[in-house]
Amino acid sequence: MVYQLAAEAAVDQDLASLSDHLIIAMIVAYAVALFLFALEAAYGRRTALKNNRLVPLAAGAPGAAAPAPAAVGGSSTVDLDADPPSGASGGDDLEVSVRDSEPRASASRSVLGTVALVVSVAGFLLNLGQIATRGLAADRWPWGNMFEFVVAICLCAVAAFLYAAFRYQARYLGTFVLLPVVLLLGIAARWLYSEAGPLVPALHSYWIAIHVSAAIVATGAFMVSGAAAITYLVAHRTEVKRAAGERVAGIAAKLPSPELLDRVSHRFVVIAFPLWTFAIIAGAVWADEAWGRFWGWDPKEVWSFITWVVYAAYLHSRATAGWKGTRSAWIGVIGFACLMFNFFGVNYMFSGLHSYA
Amino acid sequence: MATTTTDGGAGTGAGEDRGPGAPGGGPAPGALSPAGWARWTWRVLTSMRTALILLFLLALGAIPGSMLPQRVVNPDEVAQFSTENPAVAPWLDRLYLFDVYSSPWYAAIYLLLFVSLTGCVIPRARAHLRLMRARPPRTPRHLGRMPYSARFTTGAAPEQVLEQGRTVFKRYRLERYGDSLSGETGYLREAGNVVFHVALLGLLVALAAGYAFGYRGNMLVVEGDGFANTLTSYDSFYPGVAADEDDLAPFSFTLHDFQADFVEDGGFSGQAESFSGELTYRDAPGAEERTHTLEVNEPLSVGGVQVYLLGHGYAPEFEVRDGEGEVVFDQPVPFLPRNGDPGRTADGVVKVPDALPEGLGFEGVFLPTAGERTGEDGETGLASTFPAPKDPAVTLTAYTGDLNMRQAQSVYQLDTSRMEEAGESEVLRPGDSWELPDGAGEVTFTGYEDFATLQMTHNPGRLPALLFSSLAVLGLLGTLFVRPRRAWVRASAGANGRTVVEVAGLGKTESTANGQEFHRLATELRDRLRDVPAADGPASSKE
Ligand code: HEM
Repeated sequence: MVYQLAAEAAVDQDLASLSDHLIIAMIVAYAVALFLFALEAAYGRRTALKNNRLVPLAAGAPGAAAPAPAAVGGSSTVDLDADPPSGASGGDDLEVSVRDSEPRASASRSVLGTVALVVSVAGFLLNLGQIATRGLAADRWPWGNMFEFVVAICLCAVAAFLYAAFRYQARYLGTFVLLPVVLLLGIAARWLYSEAGPLVPALHSYWIAIHVSAAIVATGAFMVSGAAAITYLVAHRTEVKRAAGERVAGIAAKLPSPELLDRVSHRFVVIAFPLWTFAIIAGAVWADEAWGRFWGWDPKEVWSFITWVVYAAYLHSRATAGWKGTRSAWIGVIGFACLMFNFFGVNYMFSGLHSYA
Repeated sequence: MATTTTDGGAGTGAGEDRGPGAPGGGPAPGALSPAGWARWTWRVLTSMRTALILLFLLALGAIPGSMLPQRVVNPDEVAQFSTENPAVAPWLDRLYLFDVYSSPWYAAIYLLLFVSLTGCVIPRARAHLRLMRARPPRTPRHLGRMPYSARFTTGAAPEQVLEQGRTVFKRYRLERYGDSLSGETGYLREAGNVVFHVALLGLLVALAAGYAFGYRGNMLVVEGDGFANTLTSYDSFYPGVAADEDDLAPFSFTLHDFQADFVEDGGFSGQAESFSGELTYRDAPGAEERTHTLEVNEPLSVGGVQVYLLGHGYAPEFEVRDGEGEVVFDQPVPFLPRNGDPGRTADGVVKVPDALPEGLGFEGVFLPTAGERTGEDGETGLASTFPAPKDPAVTLTAYTGDLNMRQAQSVYQLDTSRMEEAGESEVLRPGDSWELPDGAGEVTFTGYEDFATLQMTHNPGRLPALLFSSLAVLGLLGTLFVRPRRAWVRASAGANGRTVVEVAGLGKTESTANGQEFHRLATELRDRLRDVPAADGPASSKE
């Protein structure tokens, strides 16, 4: 029998303290971006979103103008090829007609939003640097306790948001995504903080890189979906109020159309759901190796399952008459609530095998 | 009543041809014959709305299982909860709330869901097969009414246009109808959907088989000891309903050496770094002996059984002489670490029923690193300050009398109802002896060994379950990311001997990528035809 007493856990203190400084910097960056996004949402000018990939054809050709629906016999005839290759003769020009019912793609815009986007990217890079330095300082995979999970989830949520902002021009989600991000990071820094240190033996496995990473990325994408679903609900109420002749003011008045928000929300569930499924399966494989059974109804397993079922219901609801729209948005919100409960509630309220807090 | 039968349609286009699972408004069942009733019930059960409700019930029903202790997870917690809440516990138990996941009501939810799923998926799969075999449908007359349509003219002849069309739309399955091509692609979406749902059914079967034919057992093995896989070797054993307990795999192993590493200083002092145990094992008596290093994430796989390291502790060794001076006991005794104690203080008992003139029993506390700690009550007491045995010590309380061994009892508890307390020892270090009062005997703390708590599981469903769940993910990727769509190219003679080309597309899902793709393909076709030299037609002059 041998007892090895490892000396001081091998932690590079310089890197660890650099990492701790970066926490503050990234929270400040995100908070500034949040503030600017909120200003844009409240005071920007309603502008059509060009090259929006969530709107049929608007991105069909480079340099295409925003579809100006020149209604011709119920369809909008759009010349998508406004910029024909030189030397083309007039005789074979393409005449295109698009009849999809497209969501009105416009949102409140101002230069503040562009600045906010730049600041968000800076925050993202600080976030990335914080995680990397912490991992290097402790010489291990950088998500092994609650603090590190939260920081990584926020990184993924911001990454998903930036993807949405660049690909779908969905920077109008900035306020709704960064609000929970800043809140979560504040909670993490204030109450969950722990020093960079070694992992407990149960986490000594390459599965941490697979299972936890998949869960974190999925959670980030679900977060953007949840933000879009809540924005949808607000925008929908605005529309209902307007229809009833009420005046709507403030941020709510300048949101994009509910259809567009619904599409964004759905898109991110579609991205996150298979990842979440994969994360659960990888978790089961890991549990099989570490705990001797692949599924044992541990509270964490139960709530991952519940979350999964709720998002499966979300996907089904979109193919069920009468459920599309508000109800399915609520299911998305419930799914996100389950996800958060799985993260905070289960770790602090129940004792289970997943207690590394 | 009609509300239950209004599904389909509204959602993604792919949901539209859902087969019998999605009937239009059927008649209310009030005036129906038994067969009509059955058909109506089946239709309701396999409707999307019912599936949705059942999914919610599945999620809701799982919640109490995470709030209340469950027998599958930890039977001791259930027992403790029941003693603490004697009023409500029997009622909760009657509602199966301590066995949620094996309760009849939970089974009813998931079985109904799976019946619904089968009823939903089979007709859909059949319809899909038919579609896969069929030719793409006839080209509609008015392509201009499609969600995407484009027109241009070219100097190329209609045949050339269609030929180029075949190249441009090469990813589509194409069919020629007169002056047009009709194409379809994205079949994998529907196939993926069927695969996904069928894989879920397979997963359920695999899980059920695992529960029925598998078994699970726990045991504690002290360093140096062996284990043979028979029913009697287990401390606790949980067979599946259909498991054959007389036919356990005949393997055996010996735990030779156990090593635990702990962080010594800094903020993480005392945190475990790693555990590992050196094993030798045989598949069967007489088989070749092999070795394995057992670690937390490195189970031993032998004879279809996985052996896992669950925990670790210490077994202090005692030598006991009775009142007549005979050595009546000499072995290590596992002491169980206290829950949540960072210093791994452990409790245990030593039973020497055969001592003469009277039986001897000891309750003991093992401290891996003896030290002092001030408790919450402000009193300073003896406590272990570190989990590794840097300064191991025990304290004992001795009892004499009848140990009541005829009664079944736990090895970790001493039944002192017929015994008398004989005194408490000083703190004993390895090698120390304690002479019991009144010449009752002598006990020596000779040293300690490590022990490992292990779990064995045999689950024949685990690989099929992995297979089906992986299949489910693949199906899911298909159903979520493949876009089924149709496209058409028509080439007809126009004015001036030029050919009018119409390209149209119809996406069956609301993806915006469809329009972009149709436009890209239409543009590509136009560009290709622009490069084609004028056909031999007389008036094909290019300006
Ligand atoms: C264990 C239960 C079930 C789970 C976890 C589940 C999960 C899923 C998922 C994740 C999708 C993909 C969603 C999409 O394509 O947008 C899907 C699609 C679908 N499911 Fe299920 N499902 C279950 C039961 C059922 C049942 C009982 C039915 C029939 C009543 C059903 C009918 C369908 C249909 C028709 C689709 C395709 C919807 C579409 O193409 O938009 N499912 N299911």
